[in-house]
Amino acid sequence: MDDRSEKAWAAAEAAARQSYGKLVAWLAARTRDVAGAEDVLADAFAAALERWPRTGVPAQPEAWLLAVARRRRVDAVRRRLTREAGREHLKLIAEEMEARMTDEDLPDERLRLMFACAHPAIESGVRAPLILQTILGFDAATIASAFLVSPATMSQRLVRAKARIRETGIPLRVPERTELGERLDAVLEAIYAAFAEGWSDPAGTETRRRNLASEGIWLGRLVASLLPDEPEALGLLALMLFAEARRPARRGAAGDYVPLTAQDCALWDDVLIDEAEALLGHAATKGVIGRYQLEAAVQSAHTTRRLSGRIDWAAIRQLYDALSMISGSPVVAINRAVAIAETDGATAGLAALYVLGDDKRLADYQPYWAARAGLLARLGNVVHAAEAYDRAIGLERDPALRRFLQAKRAALPKN
Amino acid sequence: MRYMLLIYNDEAAMANTPKEQTQQALAAYGAYTEALKKSGAWLAGERLRPTQAATAVRMAGAKTNVLDGPYADTKEQLAGFYMIEAADIDTAIEWAARCPAASTGTVEVRPIWEMTEYITEQ
Repeated sequence: MDDRSEKAWAAAEAAARQSYGKLVAWLAARTRDVAGAEDVLADAFAAALERWPRTGVPAQPEAWLLAVARRRRVDAVRRRLTREAGREHLKLIAEEMEARMTDEDLPDERLRLMFACAHPAIESGVRAPLILQTILGFDAATIASAFLVSPATMSQRLVRAKARIRETGIPLRVPERTELGERLDAVLEAIYAAFAEGWSDPAGTETRRRNLASEGIWLGRLVASLLPDEPEALGLLALMLFAEARRPARRGAAGDYVPLTAQDCALWDDVLIDEAEALLGHAATKGVIGRYQLEAAVQSAHTTRRLSGRIDWAAIRQLYDALSMISGSPVVAINRAVAIAETDGATAGLAALYVLGDDKRLADYQPYWAARAGLLARLGNVVHAAEAYDRAIGLERDPALRRFLQAKRAALPKN
Repeated sequence: MRYMLLIYNDEAAMANTPKEQTQQALAAYGAYTEALKKSGAWLAGERLRPTQAATAVRMAGAKTNVLDGPYADTKEQLAGFYMIEAADIDTAIEWAARCPAASTGTVEVRPIWEMTEYITEQ
C-alpha cells in the first residue's frame, strides 16, 4: 500500500468507527441495550470497514450504515423474531432513525455512553476495554491482545459488562455537576489506560498496541470537544499529546532505550507539542488544578529543553510536590525524589526515596530500584548501586530497557 | 425499574447496642421510610426477626429437610428489605446510601427481574 492509499484507508476507517460509535450510542441511549445495538450494526460496520477505503466515505455515513443494517437483518430478524422481542424493538428504532436522518444530524450520545461504560458499578478493569468496543467498534480479540489477556476472557468480561448496564439499570447520561468530578475521573482514567497500553510499545512493533495510543488520543479529543470547559479533560489530552510527540525519540537507531532527559529534541513533534501547550494554557484559565494538568505541566517543563537547552528541574519538582499532595501514588513519589536529587543533590533525593522504602507496592516496581541505583551510583556507593540495578534488571519486561539498565550497571566503577 | 434494597447487619453487635442508640436507629429508619414514601419511591419494606427465628427448608428426595437456623452462616445477616421504584441504578444507590443500614452494615442493591423481561430473554 502506498502512502496515499494508506492515508485514505485510515480516513475511511476513522469515519466508519466514528459513525458506528454514534449509532451504537444513539440506539443504546434509548434502550440501555448496548449489546443489542452492536448486534444490529455489526454486519453493516464490517461492510463499511471493507468498502469505504475503496469507494470513499459516503455523504451520509450514518444513514449508509443503517440502510445496510436494515437490508442485511431482514432474514436474521425473521429467524430470531420470537426469541428476541427486544431486538425487534431496536430494529424499529433504527427504522425511525433512518427516516428522520434525511434532514437532521444525529445527536451525539457518545459521551453518555462513555459515562455508562465507566460507571462505578462496572468493574474498573473492564471500563477502558468497554469504551474501546462500544465507541470505536474494536473486537474482543484486538482489545484482548492490547491488554495482554486471552480473547476468551476479554470477550466474556465485555459481554458481562454490557449485560450489567442493561440489567442493573446503569443510566446513559452525563452526570450532574455535583457528581461530575468523580465520574469524569473514571472516564478519563479509562481513556488514559487505553493510551498507556498503546504507549507501552514504544518501538511501535505491535501495530495493535500503537493504534491503541492513537485511539486514546482520539477519545481524549472527543471528550475535550464535548466538555470544552472541563480543565482535566483538556489536561489529559495535553498529557497524551506531549507523550505522543516524543514517540520518535524514545528509541535510538538500533532500538535502544533513550531516557527522556537524553532524547534528541529535534525528533520531537513540534506541532503536537504546540497543541498540547495551547490546551494546557486554556485549561489553566479555568482555575481548577488536577492530576492530568499537573502531569501535562511536567511534560511541558521537560519540553522547554527544546528551546532553552536545559531542563527546569525546580519547576518539575514543584509540580511533583503538588502531585504528591493530591495523589499519594508511589510512582509520583519516585519521580519527585528524582527531581529533588536534581535540585538539592543526590543525598536529598535518596532520602526522599528511602522514606518510601516501607511501601510494599514498590518492592517489585522497576523504576523505584532504577532510581535508587542511579542515586547510589552518583554518591559512589557502588556495591548497593549494583544490587539495586540487579533488582531493577530482574523486574523489567521490556528488553530494550533491560539492556539500558545492564549497560548502566556495567558502567559502575570497579573497586 | 424496581429494586430491592437488602439490609445486612451484624446481629450480635445489634443485640449489644445500648437501648438509647437502638431508639435512635429506629427513629432514623422511620424517617427514612417516610422519606421514601413521600418521594413516591416506596413499594414495600419490612424488618425481619433475627436468624435465631429462621428455618431453612429443603426437599431431599421425598423427605422434607427442616433445619433450625438461617440458610448461610455469614458475618452479617439479612435483617430486612425495602422494595423501591427508581429510574436507574444511580437513583437506587442514592436511596441505599441514605438507608441507616448503610452506615452500620451493608445494603445490597438488586434489580427486580421482571417477568416480562425474563420470559423474552430466555
